[in-house]
Amino acid sequence: MDAASAKLIGAGLAVIGMGVVGIGLGLIFNAWLHALGRNPSAAPVLRQMGFLGFALTEALALFAFVLAILILLNVL
Amino acid sequence: MENPLKQFAIQTLIPIHVGGYDLSYTNSSLFMTVAFLLIVFLFFIGTSRKAVVPGRLQAAAEMLYEFTANMVEDNAGHGSAKYVPFVMSIFLLVLFGNLIGLVPFTFTYTSHIIVTLALALMIFVVVVLLSLKNHGLGFFKMFFPAGAPIFLAPLLIPIEVLSFVFRPISLSVRLFANMMAGHVMLQLFAGFTIALGLFGVLPLTFVVLLTGFEILVALLQAYVFALLTSIYLKDTLEAH
Repeated sequence: MDAASAKLIGAGLAVIGMGVVGIGLGLIFNAWLHALGRNPSAAPVLRQMGFLGFALTEALALFAFVLAILILLNVL
Repeated sequence: MENPLKQFAIQTLIPIHVGGYDLSYTNSSLFMTVAFLLIVFLFFIGTSRKAVVPGRLQAAAEMLYEFTANMVEDNAGHGSAKYVPFVMSIFLLVLFGNLIGLVPFTFTYTSHIIVTLALALMIFVVVVLLSLKNHGLGFFKMFFPAGAPIFLAPLLIPIEVLSFVFRPISLSVRLFANMMAGHVMLQLFAGFTIALGLFGVLPLTFVVLLTGFEILVALLQAYVFALLTSIYLKDTLEAH
């Protein structure tokens, strides 16, 4: 296998992380909706924590994305 | 199709070279100036006539201030009111940068890692210095969670140190990658619209929806940036 195709495969492997983060985000919103349904009056606190969890999880997907872009653009 | 990353190219508008450093006024600096002028305009005009029943601009300025002040108060805790101007400056700079970038033919300065990393490193340095000033050497206690068994120290301390050092990186990469990914996606779908001819209506509809989504992302990322800043600033106030 030459270096160019290995690079493409590597970029593809790097973005698998985004799919896994998708599962994680699904779990966060699942828990968020469950909590909201059980106790709607806790909405302000839940909103803050929910967005925080969303942002922290999403960052990992973006790390994977940036890594793939860096591999494709021959920076790494 | 054009390279979707071409829209992020930095163009020099007024070349300035001082002692071997390139300090040119670029399109990035231009839109930072625009954001600065808009913020100053909003708050200067908004608070010039302090009516009891606020007008539109005054209501916008008041809402932005109350939003930030509540966020800092809720997350950084008691005695954090002195950080409101700092967090609010960062919040408004990021917010206006994100929103200006959504206007066609403009430049999103928050889509450059050098801008977001500079902001995040500034926050990091402020947090470290203020923590050292307020807690002295007690600052280093935050790297070992209270109540954890002592034999776990060799495992826990490297993890805590690493997660602390990665804060500015994750803070800056989150913002820059969100902005970059959003704009690349918009340009790709806009490219499909032209390439598909009559069927281009489908990607065009999608671009309209995506623009709405990008407005949400722009607001959310500015909020998250300011929220994490106030959470990090909490370490400077509370002992561990």
